Amino acid sequence: MTMNSNIPEGPIEKKWSNHKFNMKLVNPANRRKYKIIVVGTGLAGSSVAATLGELGYNVHAFCYHESPRRAHSIAAQGGINAPKNYSNDGDSVYRLFYDTIKGGDYRARESNVFRLAEVSGSIIDQCVAQGVPFARDYAGYLDNRSFGGAQVARTFYARGQTGQQLLLGAYAALNRQIDVGTVKFYDRREMLDVVIIDGKARGIVARNLISGKIESYAADAVVLATGGYGNVFFLSTNAKASNATAVWRAHKKGALFGNPCFTQIHPTCIPVSGEHQSKLTLMSESLRNDGRVWVPKKKGDTRSAKDIPENERDYYLERLYPSFGNLVPRDVASRRAKEMCDNGYGVGASKMAVYLDFADAIKRLGSDEVFQKYGNLLDMYKQITGEDPYKVPMRIYPAVHYTMGGLWVDYNLMSTIPGLFVLGEANFSDHGANRLGASALMQGLADGYFIAPYTISNYLASNKFAAVKEDNKEFTEAENGVTATINKLLSIDGTKTVDEFHREFGKAMWDYVGMARNKAGLQKALKILPEIREKFWKEVKITGNAHDINTELEKAQRVADFMELGELMAIDALHREESCGGHFREEYQTEEGEAKRNDKKFAYVAAWEYTGKPGKPKMNKEDLDFEEVHPSQRSYK
Amino acid sequence: MKLTLKVWRQNNKNDEGRFVDYAAKDVSPDMSFLEMLDVVNIDLVKKGETPIVFDHDCREGICGSCGMMINGRAHGPGRGIATCQLHMRSFNDGDEITIEPWRAKAFPVLKDLMVDRTSFERIMRAGGYTSAKTGGIPDGNTILIPKPVADEAFDAAACIGCGACVAACPNSSAMLFVGAKVSQLALLPQGQAERETRVTRMVAQMDEEKFGSCSNTYACEAECPKGISVTHIARLNREFVSAQF
Repeated sequence: MTMNSNIPEGPIEKKWSNHKFNMKLVNPANRRKYKIIVVGTGLAGSSVAATLGELGYNVHAFCYHESPRRAHSIAAQGGINAPKNYSNDGDSVYRLFYDTIKGGDYRARESNVFRLAEVSGSIIDQCVAQGVPFARDYAGYLDNRSFGGAQVARTFYARGQTGQQLLLGAYAALNRQIDVGTVKFYDRREMLDVVIIDGKARGIVARNLISGKIESYAADAVVLATGGYGNVFFLSTNAKASNATAVWRAHKKGALFGNPCFTQIHPTCIPVSGEHQSKLTLMSESLRNDGRVWVPKKKGDTRSAKDIPENERDYYLERLYPSFGNLVPRDVASRRAKEMCDNGYGVGASKMAVYLDFADAIKRLGSDEVFQKYGNLLDMYKQITGEDPYKVPMRIYPAVHYTMGGLWVDYNLMSTIPGLFVLGEANFSDHGANRLGASALMQGLADGYFIAPYTISNYLASNKFAAVKEDNKEFTEAENGVTATINKLLSIDGTKTVDEFHREFGKAMWDYVGMARNKAGLQKALKILPEIREKFWKEVKITGNAHDINTELEKAQRVADFMELGELMAIDALHREESCGGHFREEYQTEEGEAKRNDKKFAYVAAWEYTGKPGKPKMNKEDLDFEEVHPSQRSYK
Repeated sequence: MKLTLKVWRQNNKNDEGRFVDYAAKDVSPDMSFLEMLDVVNIDLVKKGETPIVFDHDCREGICGSCGMMINGRAHGPGRGIATCQLHMRSFNDGDEITIEPWRAKAFPVLKDLMVDRTSFERIMRAGGYTSAKTGGIPDGNTILIPKPVADEAFDAAACIGCGACVAACPNSSAMLFVGAKVSQLALLPQGQAERETRVTRMVAQMDEEKFGSCSNTYACEAECPKGISVTHIARLNREFVSAQF
């Protein structure tokens, strides 16, 4: 497999502008002759579809919801980073670049991260122009707050609903293009295969989720912006339908999968309350700005929080990390919370939680200001737990939240399948082994508004395209494959539901490929996971038929793909004999219990190739060169 | 808890539909309403029946996918929540719960509790945006928007597009949904250039979709998961009238 990252020459701050100048352009009058398919219309998908439409391309956008506004980007709470330096605290493009490389524990590509930092300022301007109601001060200026892993205040926000407002901005831009006719929108369609003709991605096969019809669509380029794969764990903060089917099926058609084991566990989620739990709810990391994390100093303390005096509380993040305190990066905060609970200091009925306390903030700022800043988050907590966080400290515990891994892409965001571009969380991305808070929205919109529109134009201008139609044999073959899988699933008629299998698989993933991993556990996972998959294909029960709305069938296909991807995650985690960011191998830690990287052996991206059978992938390496930021042991002390 | 559910089952748009009774056993007060339905559905599948179909996704009250009439109320008892945020602690052991889809001409039932809300999409496409193209935009701080204005615009922009306002309204009016978007953009300097065409087009599309008129019952505000105020309907009316002259 050839894998060329196509990083432009020149000094890091010139790479993107040089590359933009060197890329080929498509004449405005010719653009409508090119058809581009965009799959997924969250932040990255909506923004790229809208921008390509504005440029004059013939865009066809697909999503499995009834509306782009339902995408899970909508649930991002805290904010979006940009080094505007409005706070006058010494921020710069270089500092955001540096923080992101360091936050990612030196496992990201420098050139991509620099470009991300470089274009991020324009995102804020773009969103303001769309009417996104960012938080402002009384003089009318944009307000900023600080976030984990940074010592400057560079995060722009719209109360605790920043993702919603940014997505509605991109959605509005997309609606405008649908209105003027440059974008055709297909709702309730799930992509089930990528069609490759003469070595290029030339279309997709999708299922119409209302009629059940299998449909083919041809194009000159295909963009996947289908999000992450956190739902492999069953319990995660992802929306219920978030899935990896589009990227996994592209992987099986030849797109390499980069760093699948890099998953992010978010430190501030509402703890599990029982067996019935269907998903986990995140509380924005921004809460750590004013909330203080603590556990009782005494092991197994059963007193309620209000009965534990100040001197018997351990504000362990402030104690262990005096300079970053409660704002250490997510991986560090998560691991420490797990450690506290594993060592018997956990709180609440399950003892699998730590406190996040707003008492001091309410004393200092008053409940009105706390409400202004965090109102919707605190309400959400109350709604779910039945407890009032203005009166008692919240209980939090880490949960799966984001996946840094994804389809491998070059500097142009193109996968190893020519003409197949991958954007947002779906690609292996700019976040290395750990993503900093308020960077996901930034990356999704950077890819969609300011990067992919240029690189896709360059691809179209640099290639010749033979005429392709939906009745080409490659489409028929792909349709037949998709139909065969569906029929196979429906014919099993076993005894266990899809959810029961998913729960069992997810539990094994969490136990052995979760927050802390070790060799023995991963080897065990590699035994258990394929067994569950095998059982699934023999014993799953799906009612209803293929020619109708069938939510069980939709889930079954997604879970079948998760069961193959999960195994790849375990293989990747086993091979990476080091700890870095979200990938924590218990065998590799410093004396203080921090992640211990092995830069000599593992300073590379592991890009896995599908060889025809799940569980037998071949690894390709992209070595990472650090010319700007010298890798060092991350320290937030 | 043990509950009896009376659930609306309808195979497709053309089917007449009917209520079917189901027993929900071992319901924990900590379950969300949708988790309770998940459990009922697992039983149904195991019995070889088709599960109750309903739209849902984020399950944290922001995506706007879920929505059902529970005992005659949009999103069930309680204020300021979507169906996914309703927890079973709001019910008592032995309760009978009636569960229906949104009922409105502009929201045809697709299956069981799932409705087609693409009428909302068509309204949004009829001008629910600013025509800002990507790129070449001046710095965000060149437009000053004082906090109270930004806050009020935000209150309107918080709409999740769930359709509870329409479902709760005796006239199936979409005035709160349309008002929220018109109001958000009318309040902000960025929305001024297209202010008149926007309101005119969006209202025309709303009428074409066969939503009813507003008769000031305020049921929409009462059931809105985001508590969006009817003052945005007042602003919509003002904007619409002034756009006609």
